[in-house]
Amino acid sequence: MFDFLEGYDLLGAFWVTVQLTLLSAVGSLIWGTLLAAMRVGPVPLMRGFGTAYVNIVRNIPLTVIILFTSLGLNQTLGATMGAANNFETLNFRLAVLGLVAYTSAFVCEALRSGINTVPVGQAEAARAIGLKFSQVLTLVVLPQAFRSVVGPMANVLIALTKNTTVAAAIGVAEAALLMKEMIENEAQLILISAVFAFGFVCLTLPTGLILGWVGKKVAVKR
Amino acid sequence: MSSVLYDAQGPRAKRRNVILTIAFVVAVAALMWWVIGTLQDKQQLDWEKWKPFLSGTEAWSTYIWPGLENTLKAAALSMIIALPLGAVLGISRLSDHVWVRVPAAVIVEFFRAIPVLVLMIFGLALYSEYTNVSSDDRPLYAVVTGLVLYNAAVLAEIVRAGILALPKGQSEAALAIGLTKGQTMRTILLPQAVTAMLPAIVSQIVVIVKDTALGGGVLTFPDLIAAVSPMSSYYGANVIASFTVVALIFIAINFALTSFASWLERRLRRGKKSTGAVLKADDAAIAGSAATGAGSGV
Repeated sequence: MFDFLEGYDLLGAFWVTVQLTLLSAVGSLIWGTLLAAMRVGPVPLMRGFGTAYVNIVRNIPLTVIILFTSLGLNQTLGATMGAANNFETLNFRLAVLGLVAYTSAFVCEALRSGINTVPVGQAEAARAIGLKFSQVLTLVVLPQAFRSVVGPMANVLIALTKNTTVAAAIGVAEAALLMKEMIENEAQLILISAVFAFGFVCLTLPTGLILGWVGKKVAVKR
Repeated sequence: MSSVLYDAQGPRAKRRNVILTIAFVVAVAALMWWVIGTLQDKQQLDWEKWKPFLSGTEAWSTYIWPGLENTLKAAALSMIIALPLGAVLGISRLSDHVWVRVPAAVIVEFFRAIPVLVLMIFGLALYSEYTNVSSDDRPLYAVVTGLVLYNAAVLAEIVRAGILALPKGQSEAALAIGLTKGQTMRTILLPQAVTAMLPAIVSQIVVIVKDTALGGGVLTFPDLIAAVSPMSSYYGANVIASFTVVALIFIAINFALTSFASWLERRLRRGKKSTGAVLKADDAAIAGSAATGAGSGV
């Protein structure tokens, strides 16, 4: 029944999906946190930059961003991402770059909403004992904010997992591209689709359940 | 805003802010200098490359308007079809009967867990194999099918959250005066829930508009993104200019929608007639359904 799978690297394709997800998740967590710090910081120019970045990036379709990294950054401007001769690595890195640029806007917003849940008294107390802004943020506010945004962050991570399929637009050999190829070559449309749907359910469902549980565990009881 | 994380600033903090501002300006200026230098290097800033968009209407009428029309058509069709489907699914999930509630929940969670692109690829193959939809129309059908399946599930969650957000007294009072469950839902809960979830629904339109781009990027749907390649090769490799124009159009549409959603939200929160239940505009993934928190506008 499943002999149509022969000759296709199904696990390999999903492994690329997982790699795309994890690398982009780490990247957008870092860049998104920096953006959030800028947006809540005392420097007006940085606040403006953070706000502009988020409002611009989250209103552009991810497809446009990913296509731009390939057609614009690479083919027109000649950015090689340290992989000039290897198309596979190059497209993979471009896709990660696009995903990080896009997802960090949502990470920033999730974090910012988490910062808003921290009671003002916490920051006031921290300032009263003489902490600087950077100390207030890193020692008092962000640790509490991170704990209250596990749920929203899980949503962003799940969305990111699903968004990695957009990398198919620039030919990264991940699950959606393999699915397209298999559907073109094989006859079992429903079965193939069911296999890939099952694969994505396996990736996203546990993420949501586990992080949902973690979120409840670590949430600051108030 | 300023009271949450920092006080009114003293002389030292002000000095530090000035230094930070200058450092930031220098960093951004260096980046811009490098970007503009690279752009100039590759002749992407030449007037020739930008002229088609800034003077004359040929580029707009040949490439951009037809593409934008398809993008908006797909988005509008998906929204119109997905809304009633989502309402039915969302209400079914609140049903008292297990045999209605559970299947609806399974359908909703399943379609939220799967990437829209996978649904679109499936749709494309489905129409070419089992129907006689002409090959020109197939991409539109596939895009709309994928978007409807996914967004019906997300809208179902919005509808469910909207109904759950209403005060419990509303349905209790309705049942107490003798309305049936169906009447309570139709005449009491739904009308109020629709108001409460309007901001979330408008935000979901933004997601739909963005997702139509998948059709042009991966399938062969002739939308705004698909217009970039032919346009930039026709006007002498003005890739950067074409992408900028397309991105600006998307930003304009979606920014207008987002602003409208948050204006709606503010207005509804202020209103005195409502029950005060309003779903947040930027958060479609409210109220439980812990498993797959899709939505949330990403």
